[in-house]
Amino acid sequence: MGPESLEAKQKAAIEEILKAYPEKAAKNREKHLGVGSPNDENQKTCGDVRSNKKTVPGVMSQRGCAYAGSKGVVWGPVKDMIHISHGPIGCGQYSRAGRRNYYIGVTGVDTFVTMNFSSDFQENNIVFGGDKKLGKCIDEIEQLFPLNNGITVQSECPIGLIGDDIGAVTKVKAKEIDKVIVPVNCEGFRGVSQSLGHHIANDTVRDYIFDGKVNVDISDVTATDYDVAIIGDYNIGGDAWSSRILLEEMGLRVVAQWSGDATLKEMALTPKVKLNLLHCYRSMNYISRHMEKEYGIPWIEYNFFGPSQTIKSLRKIAAFFDESVQAKCEEVIAKYQPMIDAVIAKYKPRLEGKTVMLFVGGLRPRHVIGAYEDLGMEVIGTGYEFAHDDDYKRTKEEIFRSTVIYDDVNEYELEAFVKKLQPDLVASGIKEKYVFQKMGLPYRQMHSWDYSGPYHGYDGFAIFAQDMDLAINSPVWAHSKAPWEKEG
Amino acid sequence: MQEVEKIVNGKDLFKRPEYQEVLKNKKQFESSMLAVNPAKVDEIAEWTKSWDYREKNLAREAITVNPAKACQPLGAVMVALGFEGTMPYVHGSHGCVAYFRSYFTRHFKEPTPCVSDSMTEDAAVFGGLVNMKEGLKNCAAVYKPKMIAVSTTCMAEVIGDDLQAFIIAAKEEDGGEFLSEEYPIPYAHTPSFVGSHITGYDNMMHGIMSQLTEGQQGEKKQRINIIPGFETYIGSLRSVKTIVEAFGTDYIMLGDHSDQWDMPAGQYEMFQGGTKLDDAKDCINSSATISLQKYATSKTMKMVEKRWKHAGGFSNPVGLKGTDEFVMKLAELTGTEVPQKLKVERGRLVDAMQDSYPYMHGKKFAIWGDPDFLLGLVSFLLEMGAEPTHVLCHNAPKGWEEEMRALLDTSPAKDSLNVWAEKDLWHMRSLLFTEPVDFMIGNSYGKELMRDTGTPLIYIGFPIFDRHHLHRYSISGYDGALNLLTWITNKVLDQLDEDTKGIATTDYFFDLIR
Repeated sequence: MGPESLEAKQKAAIEEILKAYPEKAAKNREKHLGVGSPNDENQKTCGDVRSNKKTVPGVMSQRGCAYAGSKGVVWGPVKDMIHISHGPIGCGQYSRAGRRNYYIGVTGVDTFVTMNFSSDFQENNIVFGGDKKLGKCIDEIEQLFPLNNGITVQSECPIGLIGDDIGAVTKVKAKEIDKVIVPVNCEGFRGVSQSLGHHIANDTVRDYIFDGKVNVDISDVTATDYDVAIIGDYNIGGDAWSSRILLEEMGLRVVAQWSGDATLKEMALTPKVKLNLLHCYRSMNYISRHMEKEYGIPWIEYNFFGPSQTIKSLRKIAAFFDESVQAKCEEVIAKYQPMIDAVIAKYKPRLEGKTVMLFVGGLRPRHVIGAYEDLGMEVIGTGYEFAHDDDYKRTKEEIFRSTVIYDDVNEYELEAFVKKLQPDLVASGIKEKYVFQKMGLPYRQMHSWDYSGPYHGYDGFAIFAQDMDLAINSPVWAHSKAPWEKEG
Repeated sequence: MQEVEKIVNGKDLFKRPEYQEVLKNKKQFESSMLAVNPAKVDEIAEWTKSWDYREKNLAREAITVNPAKACQPLGAVMVALGFEGTMPYVHGSHGCVAYFRSYFTRHFKEPTPCVSDSMTEDAAVFGGLVNMKEGLKNCAAVYKPKMIAVSTTCMAEVIGDDLQAFIIAAKEEDGGEFLSEEYPIPYAHTPSFVGSHITGYDNMMHGIMSQLTEGQQGEKKQRINIIPGFETYIGSLRSVKTIVEAFGTDYIMLGDHSDQWDMPAGQYEMFQGGTKLDDAKDCINSSATISLQKYATSKTMKMVEKRWKHAGGFSNPVGLKGTDEFVMKLAELTGTEVPQKLKVERGRLVDAMQDSYPYMHGKKFAIWGDPDFLLGLVSFLLEMGAEPTHVLCHNAPKGWEEEMRALLDTSPAKDSLNVWAEKDLWHMRSLLFTEPVDFMIGNSYGKELMRDTGTPLIYIGFPIFDRHHLHRYSISGYDGALNLLTWITNKVLDQLDEDTKGIATTDYFFDLIR
């Protein structure tokens, strides 16, 4: 497929897709679809798409809500705290243990990530308010789970609508039990997607965790010149662990992971680090900026998907430190290079030229492009559920060729794009997975790594390569057509 | 470091010494008790197994820990997907819909279409009318469903949106471009702070049946309506249809999602199968309606019995006795003999039960799930001589506890059999530690109980995320009971091998033949 014909095809696809909408919806969606070009300096954002706006009603968006952003993403993985889903029973149940935020701990005793704590609102809590019940929930948690190091209250929709004052309750209770209790007003109707939930959660970290506000002793950890924190890695399938190992090998000391496998103490230690390493920019840039402003800690974005980006990132990180770190960084790169060469030699011939369409949350739609391209695969479409302008600007630097860009793509559009552009692999979430598998298209979930992973770092890339090969070259896709069906 | 000839994922990668070192090093920055004081973790872990802990745990009044229920709109979505070409439409925030779709998709490994009208802050202040007007129009234009079934999230319920008025307004404003006046848009209020997913099922089923049949009342037909209830076993829907068809009677299954959530590979079409809308409109004229799940259809059946004056009632065809009752009800309603085919099937099931009984007899079980599911499964366990020691129903409606108690009281072991209504799975953990059982029967949430207590888990229920294809089978009818028997017996036998495989210690009992 030549670049011109690809771009023309992509533009035609957008035009065609918009025809199905009523006028107003078409006008709206038109602004969220575009064709990104790696060489086009005139584009303000990749494909000049608009983002972070209200979803068109009635179109089967893949987006989640602010509660999902706070409980599901930012706070939920903090393992030694208990996160109450405050409101009716559903939200906590649907989001329970779905994100594969791995951690080490005795679940139910000193760590609680895969559990579901709910205040299970009933009608009388809606009518008379739920503050009393929340207070009682906290008492019962403290009695039955005494090794928790704190509690967060993750508000579901009704909380903000019925006028409950969770802040007042948590203030009193925090004093009583002498532990941090964080009220989070992340009601699902706030904002347009998960994104505002990330922001709200970041703000509560700022307000409740930093500056010695939490009752956890950090005095035993003496700061060094090589202290860094991993920010915005949720340890999906162990991603943060396969990242951490590289940073430690180059002589850095990782004192905190945010928030996969995180503990309260690590979060409290973070304002003392020398550099914040930000992986998921979208969900945790807020707290990184705050630490920069308040504590003078610089932050840099890095990308540990695929060797090209990993090497670039390792050097970028090392450049912040002295020559010893820089030398070790080169040693790390040299140490892993033969393994990576072997992985690419093994898989590239099997994957080269295969085209990919992506749709993920707020980071991976650009961050994983390099990993595919390292394997000789070509990303021809990508988009985010909940990114903002700054993400789409960054995307410009990550694409390799004419790429169709779809913001907040819905079921109808994604299906239509795939049918028109015929990629060899679709990589997105669980809700879309079986739509494309029914069509006989190889598919990988890029939120959960399809129950595999980790994908971060060098070791992760080997798994990524193996998984993509597994998906694309499995014999099962050839079975769709029965032998008695005619060709064509 | 990975070896290219044998690349491993996290399961084995993190066992390697270099990663064990990383995890060990990390502990110095951690505040979880395992990192700080492992002895304290052991102490508390032991305490959580005690009777003292159990009493405190059972005394909980406010916090729910590891629930075994979901919220209303989930059930409403299931109902909608059981009707021909119907799009479930949830009036509220799209976060909820993302959750419903993921939840069902993880269970069925099938796509789950459903839209929302993406209400946000402004809708919270001004109401969701604008969203509804645009949402219905867009949904109809883009997906072209034959029907749109509207339910609500708690957001819409708290602000008190009026669905009926909104739908009328949406049609008026559209003026028939996408939403004609007769376009079927049944609705149901499904507040998630009342009842559970089965309540939502009931409300949506009631909404569709009552609204589609408006003005359709005519001459009664010799025909039976079947309402499956919140049925997550695709094979069960097919078993039930096969039984009804054996009687040669006309019937309508109301809410039949068996094709929707079991699509063959090859191509994707958003909607497949489902109750024909013409049938749904005419269901009021059937002579009888049988609901297979009493507690998931109480409101619907009240309408059917009191207002529509249908014969039928409830019949739960799970297990031998349940299926017998269903078959006899059909014989009575159709005025025919039990077909030979079913007699043979029954005979085969009983034969199988008599082959396997020694392995289930006297075994203690803990079981949880929806109220109707539990009545069926417990009945089957009792038919096999098993002892359902702990029967836990988190979403138990009024009357269920008494009904379950009466059922358990038919067992010779009744004094050691317990009903736990409105309890959750953290309660169950205490029960399993203090009064252990041989096996658990339940959904994927039992996995942590299996890990913590060592009790083997037999996967029967909803949701099942981490085992494949079980939902494709039947647990209803004689063939369904045979599946239950097979799964349970073979798990008992697997466990027997597990317990006896110690070389030169216990493997004298590691028998080849059983």
